[in-house]
Amino acid sequence: MAGIRLERVTKRFRGGVVAVRDVDLDVAPGEFMVLVGPSGCGKSTLLRMIAGLEPVSGGRIFLGEKDVTDHLPQERDVAMVFQSYALYPRMSVRRNLGFGLRMRRTARVERERRVAEVASVLGLEHLLDRRPGALSGGQRQRVAMGRAIVREPKAFLMDEPLSNLDAKLRVSMRAQLSLLHQRLGTTTVYVTHDQVEAMTLGQRVAVLRDGTLQQYDTPQNLFRHPVNLFVAAFIGSPAMNLVHASVSGGAVSFAGTRLPAPSALSDVDRRVVLGIRPTGFSPSADNGWPTLEVVPEIVEELGDERYVIFELDAPRVDTEAVHAALEAQSADDALLLPENRARFTVRLPADVPVSVGEPLRLAVNPERLYAFDQDTGAALS
Amino acid sequence: MRAALVVGKYVALLAFVCFFLMPVYVMVITALKDPAQVSVARMWDLPDTVSLDGFRAVWPKLQNGFVNSVLLAVPVSVVSALLGAANGFVLSKWRFPGADFVFPLILFGMFIPYQSVLIPMVQLMSTVGLQGGLDGLILVHIIYGLPITTLIFRSYFTGISDELIDAAKVDGAGMLRTFLYVALPIAPPAFAVAMIWQFTSAWNDFLFGVMLTSTDYWPITVALNNIAGGQQVPFHQVMASALLACVPTLLVYVLLGRFFMRGLMAGALKG
Repeated sequence: MAGIRLERVTKRFRGGVVAVRDVDLDVAPGEFMVLVGPSGCGKSTLLRMIAGLEPVSGGRIFLGEKDVTDHLPQERDVAMVFQSYALYPRMSVRRNLGFGLRMRRTARVERERRVAEVASVLGLEHLLDRRPGALSGGQRQRVAMGRAIVREPKAFLMDEPLSNLDAKLRVSMRAQLSLLHQRLGTTTVYVTHDQVEAMTLGQRVAVLRDGTLQQYDTPQNLFRHPVNLFVAAFIGSPAMNLVHASVSGGAVSFAGTRLPAPSALSDVDRRVVLGIRPTGFSPSADNGWPTLEVVPEIVEELGDERYVIFELDAPRVDTEAVHAALEAQSADDALLLPENRARFTVRLPADVPVSVGEPLRLAVNPERLYAFDQDTGAALS
Repeated sequence: MRAALVVGKYVALLAFVCFFLMPVYVMVITALKDPAQVSVARMWDLPDTVSLDGFRAVWPKLQNGFVNSVLLAVPVSVVSALLGAANGFVLSKWRFPGADFVFPLILFGMFIPYQSVLIPMVQLMSTVGLQGGLDGLILVHIIYGLPITTLIFRSYFTGISDELIDAAKVDGAGMLRTFLYVALPIAPPAFAVAMIWQFTSAWNDFLFGVMLTSTDYWPITVALNNIAGGQQVPFHQVMASALLACVPTLLVYVLLGRFFMRGLMAGALKG
């Protein structure tokens, strides 16, 4: 087991496209690290550079203390799980699992012992003599995982390994992956475009956008203290509510509402993008929080809780960063109705009576207000 | 209206089939006729009695050429398919700087007509002492086959997922072992195509065979020409020779043709 360290890693493709720009990352030994970002942000390229499948254009890659920047993939002791699984079609499951050991000239007895062990951990014993073609999607996924585990490598590299499974299987596989990592404790770099997967799996999450590292922190810190508008809009589901607002004299005002500004903004005087998480509201006003009155437009019932969506009398925040972040989550979610007003989503407990069209008074947690620079998107608190 | 169209289509197709099968029909029935029944006037009639007389008469003259052609076509198809597979692999999945330049260069070989290289080739082969025997002819056919087999395998491997090759690399296989353990086992469909092609072209070749080999090593096409080209040869013997000469290529097609089917990649990828 070893950590992974990237120093100013850059990838420039022929033709001048820069896929990864000056990325510094440090993965601790045994850590589960997730690379997340919208498609085309360079996360897969970065992973392939760690594997040695893609040469770097600049910077160094360390595996443990060893500089492996110029090593071939077969000289780096890492295992990879591919999005398509990439099982060898003409080999049985047993030979698929043992292939990496065979290539590294592990003795036959040892090889068979390890294959049997991994097969039993993953529940693949009864499938060992089948070919990949005779397996279901979930079984193939487990074989792909087993092929990585059996080698006992210094690190696992996973490229969206769950994205080909159906939604239900994906959730259960996610939990099993967490368990597996607890048991094996192998350093893991996991690539995904799904921020929910990133938040639930990662001990630390690196958010990438356009080849540049935005923020690298624990899921909690990404959620609580996003460094910029992109991370704020990208992390969290439903997404953070955003509206243009102006700060002056210790108050934030937007769409005819005035709220006391958070302490960090008490003596600024400027226009900002204000962000409030859907969970930053509460139905009652008896806790001393400032309130605003809204008219629910849509109510989504989820059983224990409900999402209440309402419109604000303010234009929609449509900066590039927000666009990129939201597009990543709902790639083909075209708008049914033209939206040019800002809409807020609020999560309320199911016991609060809400009905569409009935005015509703909501309290806002002043500690959960975020403000971002309108031009740079940098967090202001 | 639709039904009429469908019927019309099948009538047309059937007519084409008959048109193409006519010479085959004449060849088969004439080969099976008794010498007394062979005549131009009755060429379309079925034989009254089936006679293998023609086959018996020509086999001794064809036998040697037949064996030579087998000894020629089998190694040619196997070796040029293997070399083509290696070429195709490095040109598609294990690319090297300059691959885009080398590939068209190899393809260019396909467009060089036999006749244009014939004289220098015969001179070269006699200089290096490979003229007269089968070995030289085999070598020439292997080299002449490389462009097409390279093209076949390159196209086939291009359709294979890159992730499969990447997986082998990460698993610790170098170029040679990735080729042997991962690429070759999934290539039978390409082998079938390349080997049918190479077997047929080596078997059917006349020009190189007649120029490069001495009498003892003449392939069957030359032997066939000697029978058919004579002045007073009975038709049933000519047809019997022709039938014998085309049996192996038909056999290769029937045996390897079933590998044409798709589906050998099943299960490698998400599916």
